[in-house]
Amino acid sequence: MFRRNKLCLPYVAFLILFVVLPLLVVLYYAFTNGQGQFTMRNFTDFFTNGRTIGTLFYSFVIALITTVCCLLLAYPTAYILARGGFTRSGVWMILLVTPMWINFTLRITAVKEVLSLLQGNLAFHPLFNTILCMVYDFLPFMILPIYNVITKLDDALPEAAADLGAKKIQVFWKVMIPMSMPGIISGVTMVFLPAMTNYVVLDMIYNSTYIMGSLIGSYFSTYDWNNGSMISMILLLIIFGITWITDRLTGEDASDRKGGLAA
Amino acid sequence: MKKWMWLVMLCLAIGASGMTGCGRGGQDVTVLRVANWEEYLDEGGWSSDETIELADGTEILGKEDMITLFEQWYEQTYGEKVQVEYSTFGTNEDLYNQLTLGDTFDLVCPSEYMIMKLMKEGELQAFSDTFKQQNAEENYYSKGLSPYIKKRFDELQIDGKKLSDYGAGYMWGTMGIVYNPAEVTEEETKHWSMLLDPKYQKRITMKDSIRDSYIVAQAINKEQLFLQKDFRQDYQYEQRLYEEMNDTKPQTVDKIEEILAKMRENAYSLETDSGKADMVTGKVVANMQWSGDGVYTMDQAEEDGLELEFAVPEEASNIWFDGWCMLKKGISSDTNKQKAAEAFINFVSRPDNVIKNMYYVGYTSVISGGDSDLIYEYADWCYGAEEEEKTVPYSLRYFFTDEPENASEQYVLQVPKGQERRQVYAQYPPKEVLQRSAVMKCFDQKENERISKMWINIRCFDWGDLF
Repeated sequence: MFRRNKLCLPYVAFLILFVVLPLLVVLYYAFTNGQGQFTMRNFTDFFTNGRTIGTLFYSFVIALITTVCCLLLAYPTAYILARGGFTRSGVWMILLVTPMWINFTLRITAVKEVLSLLQGNLAFHPLFNTILCMVYDFLPFMILPIYNVITKLDDALPEAAADLGAKKIQVFWKVMIPMSMPGIISGVTMVFLPAMTNYVVLDMIYNSTYIMGSLIGSYFSTYDWNNGSMISMILLLIIFGITWITDRLTGEDASDRKGGLAA
Repeated sequence: MKKWMWLVMLCLAIGASGMTGCGRGGQDVTVLRVANWEEYLDEGGWSSDETIELADGTEILGKEDMITLFEQWYEQTYGEKVQVEYSTFGTNEDLYNQLTLGDTFDLVCPSEYMIMKLMKEGELQAFSDTFKQQNAEENYYSKGLSPYIKKRFDELQIDGKKLSDYGAGYMWGTMGIVYNPAEVTEEETKHWSMLLDPKYQKRITMKDSIRDSYIVAQAINKEQLFLQKDFRQDYQYEQRLYEEMNDTKPQTVDKIEEILAKMRENAYSLETDSGKADMVTGKVVANMQWSGDGVYTMDQAEEDGLELEFAVPEEASNIWFDGWCMLKKGISSDTNKQKAAEAFINFVSRPDNVIKNMYYVGYTSVISGGDSDLIYEYADWCYGAEEEEKTVPYSLRYFFTDEPENASEQYVLQVPKGQERRQVYAQYPPKEVLQRSAVMKCFDQKENERISKMWINIRCFDWGDLF
């Protein structure tokens, strides 16, 4: 007999084959040495070497600045597009998102030429250039979710706030921002996590400092599966941590709002 | 209903292709699985104005790709069919990973240290005696191998076994500096330490490769020793140089870390490819470069009207070989397969094919041609002077003959003045450059760990940069 839940079987098979099994392999390598014996050395090695911790810190800082810049640029853009009363906001949106259809390595190559022209020699400002290119690369990922949330907002709520005496600024901070939080959070997750590992950008604009992604790659290229896997594990844990925090944030947010409405 | 039809057809198509695959691999066709570097074998399709017309009247034109030509030649020569399954890899480590993950190949073309690693692990099949015979008509490799390269090859041994019994050379080269003579003097490029000179801050590039950067830093680390006359004239110079260049003692690695950290600070980029373009566009003035890529860079720059030069610094350098070797797992004592693999090596070592590959790849073949002067003629076609007034002699005798250097004028090119510092220097470096070039050995696991850790330290974020 056909039951609808059988339809998920291919997905389950896919998950097991391409997500669960590889993760188990990574887990195995992370806690063994070259001879296959259990060891914690890979873990302690990472956290006792000031340089590898430095790279974790460096990736974190790059990701953080990139996310903040993206948010600062994306929110006003999305807000104006969604609520600015444009007759063709859809067209504007497409104009903004079209660059995303071009392969990002091509876009970075173009930016690189512009930067070389402006700075003379790219290599003197590696951090600035990295962040600039990352922001350029990830901006659409921040604009889209925020735009989607804001367009779907019920106009009645900000109007009610204004009627009840809130100033424009207050309406924005106390109504608009909390209500667009889900969009902000999905935007942040879509930017922050990839920014920690997107080493192709660094390679392309000649920032020779490793970030987490390049560090993993460098271990793998010298057949050191164990240390590479451990760093992947650590990165995975960080990702879990961040998702957990954002989930709690959105969860609390939702219940707050519910409570607010009930009162 | 329609969707089902599609599915059925797809299944049939997959089944059919699988079956034909089996059919072709049947009894009378030998399948040879070859893995080579990307862009490392002529792909044919030259237009007729690319014809290489050598002085002796030979015309060489790569109409068809090397694989098809080999399959045709094999059938004509041995009356048997062979089918080549050709694939490519990007780095030695990629190839090694592919092999450990279970891919099987019959014939692969890694660099010398990877051949040594595979030899150590017992993965390689030794060449047959027939392959080594110099009198057989089809043994283009044994007949044509350059006497100088043969000598260098025979020095390489691992666990008492000769590398030349397991690997047959393909291309070779050295490491040097491509520089812009308008910005950097020839004198400065005599020392690797120019790469650390703050005068060229962020205007030089270094290699994003542990082994290549290590050997250059080693030359800087031991520059005083390497330039000493006593060391140079030591009767065991070659052996000592090899040992000093491959020194991985912990204190040495620490010193090299310091040097490389400084070099990274001074470098515009750490690259394996982008340096060529950055050199041509003038973004950088000097570029740590492999000889073959050096030739390419100078060719490209010439098209833009920019003259670049190549130098191998005085201290020491690296000489590397890529070579063909047969894998036991793939050949699995199938004599037909081994015969086809060895025939493949011979076919790519046939002088006209050597020229096609050199023209396409840009690197230098280990083959000098034996009785055939075709390859020397090709060097002359590339670099020999035509109408220039001022020419200089440039001897290739060490490469093409084992007669003494001054015995005759044969194999001495007359090149336009200046060329002796450009492409011909990179393609066929002078003998003294090769004498001060050491092979980089295959490090054991301990050494590798030490060096990788050093490299990671260099590339990771230094807290010192914050303050």
